[in-house]
Amino acid sequence: MPVITYREALNQALREEMQRDDRVFLMGEEVAVYQGAYKVSKGLLQEFGEQRVVDTPITELGFAGVGVGAAMVGLRPVIEFMTWNFALLAIDQVVNAAAKMLYMTGGQFNMPMVFRGPNGAALQLAAQHSQAWESWLAHIPGLKVVVPGTPYDAKGLLKAAIRDDNPVCFLEGEMLYNTKGEVPDEEYVIPIGKADLKREGDHVTLITHGKMVLVALQAADQLAKDGIRCDVLDLRTVRPMDVDAIAESVRKTNRAVVVEEGWELCGVGAQVVDYVQRTCFDHLDAPVLRVHQADVPMPYAKNLEKAAKPDVPKTIAAVRQVLYLDR
Amino acid sequence: MTTTKSTRRRGAAATAPAESAATPAASTAPAPSPADRRALHRELLYSMLLQRRFEERTAEMYAIGRIGGFCHLYIGQEAVSTGIISQLRPDDYIITTYRDHGQALARGMAPNALMAELFGRIDGCVRGKGGSMHLFDKALGFLGGHGIVGGHIPIAAGVGFAIKYRGGDQVIVCFMGEAAVNNGAFHEALNMAGLWKLPCLFVIENNRYGMGTAVERASAINDIYKRGASYDMPREMVDGQDVFAVRDAAGRAIARARTESMPTLLEIRTYRFMGHSMSDAVSGTYRTKEELESYLKRDPIALLKSRMEEDGDLTEADWTTMDDEIKAIVQGSIDFAENSPEPPIEALFEDVLVDTTSD
Repeated sequence: MPVITYREALNQALREEMQRDDRVFLMGEEVAVYQGAYKVSKGLLQEFGEQRVVDTPITELGFAGVGVGAAMVGLRPVIEFMTWNFALLAIDQVVNAAAKMLYMTGGQFNMPMVFRGPNGAALQLAAQHSQAWESWLAHIPGLKVVVPGTPYDAKGLLKAAIRDDNPVCFLEGEMLYNTKGEVPDEEYVIPIGKADLKREGDHVTLITHGKMVLVALQAADQLAKDGIRCDVLDLRTVRPMDVDAIAESVRKTNRAVVVEEGWELCGVGAQVVDYVQRTCFDHLDAPVLRVHQADVPMPYAKNLEKAAKPDVPKTIAAVRQVLYLDR
Repeated sequence: MTTTKSTRRRGAAATAPAESAATPAASTAPAPSPADRRALHRELLYSMLLQRRFEERTAEMYAIGRIGGFCHLYIGQEAVSTGIISQLRPDDYIITTYRDHGQALARGMAPNALMAELFGRIDGCVRGKGGSMHLFDKALGFLGGHGIVGGHIPIAAGVGFAIKYRGGDQVIVCFMGEAAVNNGAFHEALNMAGLWKLPCLFVIENNRYGMGTAVERASAINDIYKRGASYDMPREMVDGQDVFAVRDAAGRAIARARTESMPTLLEIRTYRFMGHSMSDAVSGTYRTKEELESYLKRDPIALLKSRMEEDGDLTEADWTTMDDEIKAIVQGSIDFAENSPEPPIEALFEDVLVDTTSD
């Protein structure tokens, strides 16, 4: 099977879906002539032309709204935010327009559109460029929120997102774009809302998504050296959340750690813990612990940034704690 | 006609002065026959009077608790909705703000569906999910009914983008209040519409007040149409109490959008005869009774009625017949709404997501 980068996987998904459906277009800052700030849209302008690969002014609220309007009358926009940090300027369109349109029109106008771009921290980008927004977005009924962690999932889920007749927020990662993985040549689409068990074990469940999938897998590798076997459950989609997969794994292992990039309060992990305590109460042998970003804006200094981020050692420490190996 | 600027538009065959502060002379189209004129003017009067009578009863229904939430009346501004919308084709699109009853009726939304929506009933135009601020009708190309000031203006640009993408010759009309122009969404949307030459007609209904803040207290320039210069967009100021002036300006702008894919900014000067919403007294703390009374003298319906009487197109009996007919329709809409069931409780979880894909 070919091994390609996460970036190439996204590029393939966009290309295939634009070939498949001429209502699909890509719009955002630097997506066309510049070939994408992170080169995700490389070559698309040359293949599809400027009508379907559209450079915008720096006007996030504006072009997000253009996407909403185009979706209202039958097109299938893919709106790229250079990063999700900049999407805050456009959040009125995501929340007040895209998410609510179907409901407040009594079912008349669905929103077949994708908002996508990199999410979360990269390296030393400091407070305004290092934020993970999935818990914010997951709070909103009317949205789907997809956070793929591997090239295979990125491609299959982006294709599903573009074909979905609902608004989908698709959160990538700057630090993921160069990661590699197996992606088959033949077409496939991954259903939105299905978690994936990335690694099987029976001692503890690591529940995670997005960039933290790699962290959880590395932690599981290291823990395996001490004979600790982890289930690594990649949620892949945080709204809707695959609660059945969470319950199935936790009922098997009786212990869980949630690893996420965002902040603690009202984070995705808080929701996971809620599901776990409601559905697995009698199966738990330890409180569920969470690994997340420190409750501070992201600092610039390398040592402080490292201290703020969730990582492999913090994940290992949490796993050992739920196993009562360390107190 | 006072043309303050008449430079030819760069890169486009201009058919109108870029900027005019008053309504230019009537179009060069041949004058309609008296019968056609009479029929048209009666349609315009009917449209405006339906809005007026509907909203008078709306206020009454609000006062007795049949209608809840926020409710913003359009009374005094009817020449704007009727003047613009009477120039549209059935396949054109309209998007507007939360002050949307008038435009919905002018576009042909059934009074029954509108009143039932205000009552929060299942036969409402959006099944009781939206209320006064969120009227939609896909079949009429009526795209809402939006509650966040300025939020719908980029959506209008998106509809224009889609029209152009598909190679169609439809037009999207975007109504907004004058206070929305101080919002970033207005600037972002008009910049893209100007940059990409989208077939949009942006209609600013300048009713003088953004809630209680007078335009002079909110905008660095008071001739708001001049902002169109920033977007290289043809622009006009229009008397919004004169339905013919509105129609003429709309006709020019719509033709420009349809044939040249050129957006236009119209500032239509009008006045709201009621408070901002049902909780705001009619004159309030921010405007005087004298000011209100001076504007009441230019009631758009009274002006059209006088004109038709002068032309010999309307007798007092005609007026009474029309008014009675409309009042009966409005009463019928109230009866309809009263008898329409509340949405079933299952509707609570309906229409959050669809379960379809393009596969």
